Amino acid sequence: MSINATPTGADVAADETSESTGRHATVPTQRGGRRKPPLSENKKAERRLGLLLCAPAALVMIAVTAYPIIYSVWLSLQRFDLRFPDQREFIGLENYVTVLTNEFWWTAFGVTMLITVVTVAVELVLGMGLAIIMHRTLVGRGLVRTSALIPYGIVTVVAAFSWRYAWTPGTGYLADLFSDGAPLTERASSLAIIMLAEIWKTTPFMALLLMAGLALVPEDLLKAASTDGATAWQKFTKVMLPVMKPAILVALLFRTLDAFRVFDNIFVLTAGGNETSSVSMLAYNNLIRGLNLGIGSTMSVLIFITVAIIAFVFVKLFGTAAPGSDDGERR
Amino acid sequence: MAVETTTRAKLRWGLLDVLVVVFALVPVLWIASLSFKTPATLTDGNFIPREWTLDNYRTIFDTDQFVRALVNSIGIALIATLIAVVLGAMAAYAISRLDFPGKKLLVGVSLLIAMFPQVSLVSPLFEIERQLKIFDTWLGLILPYITFALPLAIYTLSAFFKQIPWDLEKAAKMDGATQGQAFRRVIAPLAAPGLFTTAILVFIFCWNDFLFAISLTSTERSRTVPAALSFFTGASQFEDPTGAICAAAVVITVPIILFVLFFQRRIVSGLTSGAVKG
Repeated sequence: MSINATPTGADVAADETSESTGRHATVPTQRGGRRKPPLSENKKAERRLGLLLCAPAALVMIAVTAYPIIYSVWLSLQRFDLRFPDQREFIGLENYVTVLTNEFWWTAFGVTMLITVVTVAVELVLGMGLAIIMHRTLVGRGLVRTSALIPYGIVTVVAAFSWRYAWTPGTGYLADLFSDGAPLTERASSLAIIMLAEIWKTTPFMALLLMAGLALVPEDLLKAASTDGATAWQKFTKVMLPVMKPAILVALLFRTLDAFRVFDNIFVLTAGGNETSSVSMLAYNNLIRGLNLGIGSTMSVLIFITVAIIAFVFVKLFGTAAPGSDDGERR
Repeated sequence: MAVETTTRAKLRWGLLDVLVVVFALVPVLWIASLSFKTPATLTDGNFIPREWTLDNYRTIFDTDQFVRALVNSIGIALIATLIAVVLGAMAAYAISRLDFPGKKLLVGVSLLIAMFPQVSLVSPLFEIERQLKIFDTWLGLILPYITFALPLAIYTLSAFFKQIPWDLEKAAKMDGATQGQAFRRVIAPLAAPGLFTTAILVFIFCWNDFLFAISLTSTERSRTVPAALSFFTGASQFEDPTGAICAAAVVITVPIILFVLFFQRRIVSGLTSGAVKG
């Protein structure tokens, strides 16, 4: 067990019980060899229990993510095709060159970006509307909330099949909406349908996150704005939006990274045909269909890096609004 | 005057409500409708079936393919939920109540995992699980599910735990209970509603997964329903599987609808409380 609750040196039982010094002095230099203020037995027991309770969760999370991602980097540096296991060898960055000069990769990257930007933008608007309806409606609040939860809860694959059959000529009720032919066999209409399916599925989630922010808007403030003659739009932009800003940013961050992972809908709706593959779809195809672990892993690493960059940009642009940054102590 | 405006306002809200309900339900009703259609009317494009039948449901429950997948889905989701909630509750209790080094790190790590692109794990997990001989087993799916459910569980549960009247714990300790006893005897019962809500959210997450389910399985042994759907072939190889797929889709939607109907309030509070802290 590498997780050790108590600092090993200089903690002979003493009566130093001052919470704040104990807390702040020891966190950064747990085994730094420096003198630490001794901890009371109680404090020590608390730390030990805290670490003990967190250890299983932390171990599972790290074992299933950190180790594989490192392993993934290692795999991405090899020529490793399961169909030709004899040819496995270390080839440095060659896979990265292969992927980054491949037009399929960039097409998929563009598709993923397009889907991410469009769906998140539309969802923000629709989600805000839905959040306001769920929060303020005078009638049938329970009904609206229950209905809105259904897209959130439903299995994505099920919803995707519903959309697929809806747009299948002959079978579907939507197929003839835009006249000619099969919408799911053309690139532009396929992408539009994929985005529609994504938006339908995840707008409620966006709305729920926004509703959490909406609940923080003080009622008095809105009343005061009304008495001062503010219009509904002014109340929205001048009173509600500023209060909701943190909630909006959290919702945007979560949804952006989630949208970037888009996979299920594409798999069912087009199977990536007509250049509608997302990066996830492409990585999956190289891995499971192509059995090329080297290239598949390279794509995995590149996706991971992209997501990290997006998250970093969000946090940098919007300061510490991301959850977790100031979370631990707040109530 | 005032009465009139409220009636008008109510009407306006009512219309918006209807819009939301229609928007949310149409795709669900559509697939349900397809599942009740006979093969002859399946492709008539009518939203409401002209002829009703339960044949599609009979077909899928007769095939081992679906029943096995349903058992896998239920078993895997339940086990993963149970473990994730227990581990998550321990961690969330520590985060919301105790002072220990590495707390912020844990919160940060779970946030990172919540945003982690799952497809990045598919290739390494595929290879690692093959080596460990847990590829295409329940365990092979349960492990990633727990991992990705844990951040959700930890966030939701710590939000719930922060609302618990902790003086009761102090009282228990004053009466001679240890911290552990205080947790089990006093806090756990109070935390039960939060645990239950979290369990629902985690279950929905596991129930929903598709990417891991198709990547880390290769046979009926551990394939869950969402993954099995894409391999469906109807009663015989040459039959159109649409009806069967729709029936299976409806079957796995039923639990979600039940959760949502009975626990709407809890699910909403669970999702929003986890988010509001940021």
